[in-house]
Amino acid sequence: MSTTLTAERPRGQAPVFHVVDEHAHPEGSSTMLGFWIYLMSDCLIFAVLFATYGVLGANYAAGPAPKDLFDLPLVALNTAMLLFSSITYGFAMLAMEKGRVSQTQLWLAVTGLFGAAFLAIELYEFAHLIHIGATPQRSAFLSSFFTLVGTHGLHVTFGLVWLVTLMVQVNKRGLIPANRRRLMCLSLFWHFLDVIWIGVFTFVYLMGMLR
Amino acid sequence: MIDTSTVATHPLFGRLTLESFPYHEPIVVATFVAVVLGGLALVAALSYFRLWGYLWKEWFTTVDHKRIGIMYMVLGLIMLLRGFADAIMMRLQQAMAFGGSEGYLNAHHYDQIFTAHGVIMIFFVAMPFVTGLMNYVVPLQIGARDVSFPFLNNFSFWMTVGGAVLIMVSLFVGEFARTGWLAYPPLSNIAYSPETGVDYYIWALQIAGVGTTLSGINLICTIVKMRAPGMTMMKMPVFTWTSLCTNVLIVASFPILTATLVLLSLDRYVGTNFFTNDLGGSPMMYVNLIWIWGHPEVYILILPVFGIFSEVTSTFSGKKLFGYTSMVYATVVITILSYLVWLHHFFTMGSGASVNSFFGITTMIISIPTGAKIFNWLFTMYRGRIRFELPMMWTVAFMLTFVVGGMTGVLLAVPPADFVLHNSLFLIAHFHNVIIGGVLFGLFAGIYYWWPKAFGFRLDPFWGKVSFWCWVIGFWVAFMPLYVLGLMGVTRRLRVFEDPSLQIWFQIAAVGAVLIAAGIGAFLLQIAVSVWKRRELVDRTGDPWDGRTLEWATSSPPPDYNFAFTPMIHDNDAWWDMKKRGYKRPLGGYKAIHMPSNSGTGVILAGISVVLGFALVWYIWWLAAVSFVALLAAAIHHTFNYHRDFHIPADVVVRTENERTRLLSGQV
Repeated sequence: MSTTLTAERPRGQAPVFHVVDEHAHPEGSSTMLGFWIYLMSDCLIFAVLFATYGVLGANYAAGPAPKDLFDLPLVALNTAMLLFSSITYGFAMLAMEKGRVSQTQLWLAVTGLFGAAFLAIELYEFAHLIHIGATPQRSAFLSSFFTLVGTHGLHVTFGLVWLVTLMVQVNKRGLIPANRRRLMCLSLFWHFLDVIWIGVFTFVYLMGMLR
Repeated sequence: MIDTSTVATHPLFGRLTLESFPYHEPIVVATFVAVVLGGLALVAALSYFRLWGYLWKEWFTTVDHKRIGIMYMVLGLIMLLRGFADAIMMRLQQAMAFGGSEGYLNAHHYDQIFTAHGVIMIFFVAMPFVTGLMNYVVPLQIGARDVSFPFLNNFSFWMTVGGAVLIMVSLFVGEFARTGWLAYPPLSNIAYSPETGVDYYIWALQIAGVGTTLSGINLICTIVKMRAPGMTMMKMPVFTWTSLCTNVLIVASFPILTATLVLLSLDRYVGTNFFTNDLGGSPMMYVNLIWIWGHPEVYILILPVFGIFSEVTSTFSGKKLFGYTSMVYATVVITILSYLVWLHHFFTMGSGASVNSFFGITTMIISIPTGAKIFNWLFTMYRGRIRFELPMMWTVAFMLTFVVGGMTGVLLAVPPADFVLHNSLFLIAHFHNVIIGGVLFGLFAGIYYWWPKAFGFRLDPFWGKVSFWCWVIGFWVAFMPLYVLGLMGVTRRLRVFEDPSLQIWFQIAAVGAVLIAAGIGAFLLQIAVSVWKRRELVDRTGDPWDGRTLEWATSSPPPDYNFAFTPMIHDNDAWWDMKKRGYKRPLGGYKAIHMPSNSGTGVILAGISVVLGFALVWYIWWLAAVSFVALLAAAIHHTFNYHRDFHIPADVVVRTENERTRLLSGQV
């Protein structure tokens, strides 16, 4: 903010009590920190859902258990979709750094498609489970399963809405600093969802098959 | 498994029918008439004096942290009146309902009142007051011009209002929860509470919770990123430190409340089995989760208030705060420990001796940093030149009262003692002892301390003293009998009593409540008198108390931009240091100042959220869908606005600062 930060001045010289040559805070200088803190608060929501799954996840109430329900190859495919979308988002950010608008847009679109594919597979899985009677109402295990995985899915849905909005904004105004900042925030959000999904995949699906 | 589809719902009105309006409850009808008349009078007055445009432009859409802070305080004050009305109704009921008398409240109504009292006092009185003071004071104390995210600040405030509005609506449309303030399942589940009460509870807290979490993030960023040059972490004023810890607690605990309430609403709306009694659900899971939020919440309320006491004690003793470093460390330790004690709220639930011992010991450990703080304040006063102005009076009353509440807390932390006292009026006495004697007394100290800063005149000391003595004596008279009753085994939330020997204690407590009512009345009167006599009480210096921290360096009320030049900090008590070393206020060289612009989006988003909440409470699905889409659309629309700032021209700054120069010289 200021150029001189010397608190201790040489003897005899009057202390300086205000900044004369002032530079305004650059707009959005706290945005990344603020967004990161928001992500940590969101992380706590997932922590609650993981904890609930951890406590209630074995309460099958004489209903189906993970082994009866999960189709690991399908989930692996799904995981691949999300991981690919993170890589392509990374490519979009690299293009943004180089200032290439159309390349950024292209990679964002690819990211969106992978995200949509992830959601489609997840919805297919949910529909299948409900169809065979493994509904969220069936047992505490299924309640916590659907809520944990579904909340992640809702986040991805929200991310897609955001992604489309940003693509429109980049189209309108190009890669101006405000848009770059927004793309950076979505990038954090998108990778964060990836990390959460790795937790879901390990804790819910893989360990579920072991139980 | 319960399916909400079994409830008869109208396609247009959901489950809202004529019967939903409590026109057969005379107390509610009378309140409704009074509110409508009062509301109409207010609307008429605002229209007559043509104040709507002013309110909208200068207040509702403002992004100025000072105005938002003041609006939070107004919200807290209005809701205090509502929450206190509930309190005095309970006191009256319990003093009357002896010897076969049923009192004047039926069970249905009484249960709503104690629930609403708790919810309102914590979420819509204590929280807005605390957030309001932090909002007002923190940016000034760190020499900043606003918070990190000014629009978000406005949005957070209106979401808090939205939650309060939804609770007020529940008074007249449908009913409020009858579950107690934390809505434990299975009672709060659809099987035992099929009506709208718990749904109002859920959506009011969810809407307000969004605001609280976002304002927490905002203030953390502000404190971390926007401090004036030279203000290292260990040079921050103690109030800023406690605010930082509070907001860390908010961000690290409110998401837990949000998630827990989502699970409860899924149980109620979708028929899942998180907290049900069958199909593998576990009500205990809810109780654990809600207290993992709930205990830090207690410290969210008390920590900023500890900061206020630190500022007040050091200012009115004319001394540097004793043990600044230990104060900071004590605050941080309390912040961390507050996450390790939640189970002491339900020792009797059967977690076993070793778990109970762990949580009992961690609870007792918290009294160590808290005790250190009390000693720091005492040593600050020791050999100080103490001025017993109102803020200092509240501080001394706090020290005497809070210590008693703290000691009964340590007593309750011993699991075997808790097995006897849990759920009794002893517990009620304990937490009112710390919340009134701690949080509320501190808020009053803060209000009296910073009022001249916010409005440029002091509060009238005579009515302030009347209010002070009514409050303090009223508190002791109202709550000491509850300790006695609790020790005799009287449990909380009872509506009628059998044993006539208990009645006298409840009657004494009712007298205390009346004294507190007089205290509130005197406080309101004091504000009116002070506004009337504002010329006599005026403060032109901006530093009426001979303060020590930066907020006293600027004028009262501060200009929109707070400081014409960003200050440079060399010492903990920055303003004291400036005064001591012959600081001369710069009289020229002003420049244009970059500031954020106002926005009406916060009001709009919060308004739509209230409609959404109402639709969800009443199962009006079409309205819920429409308002959800509208919410999303309005939020996205807002992001297309890239022009969110402007410059205050240099000549406006010159004019404002010259006016201050004139006032300052007139004073000398």
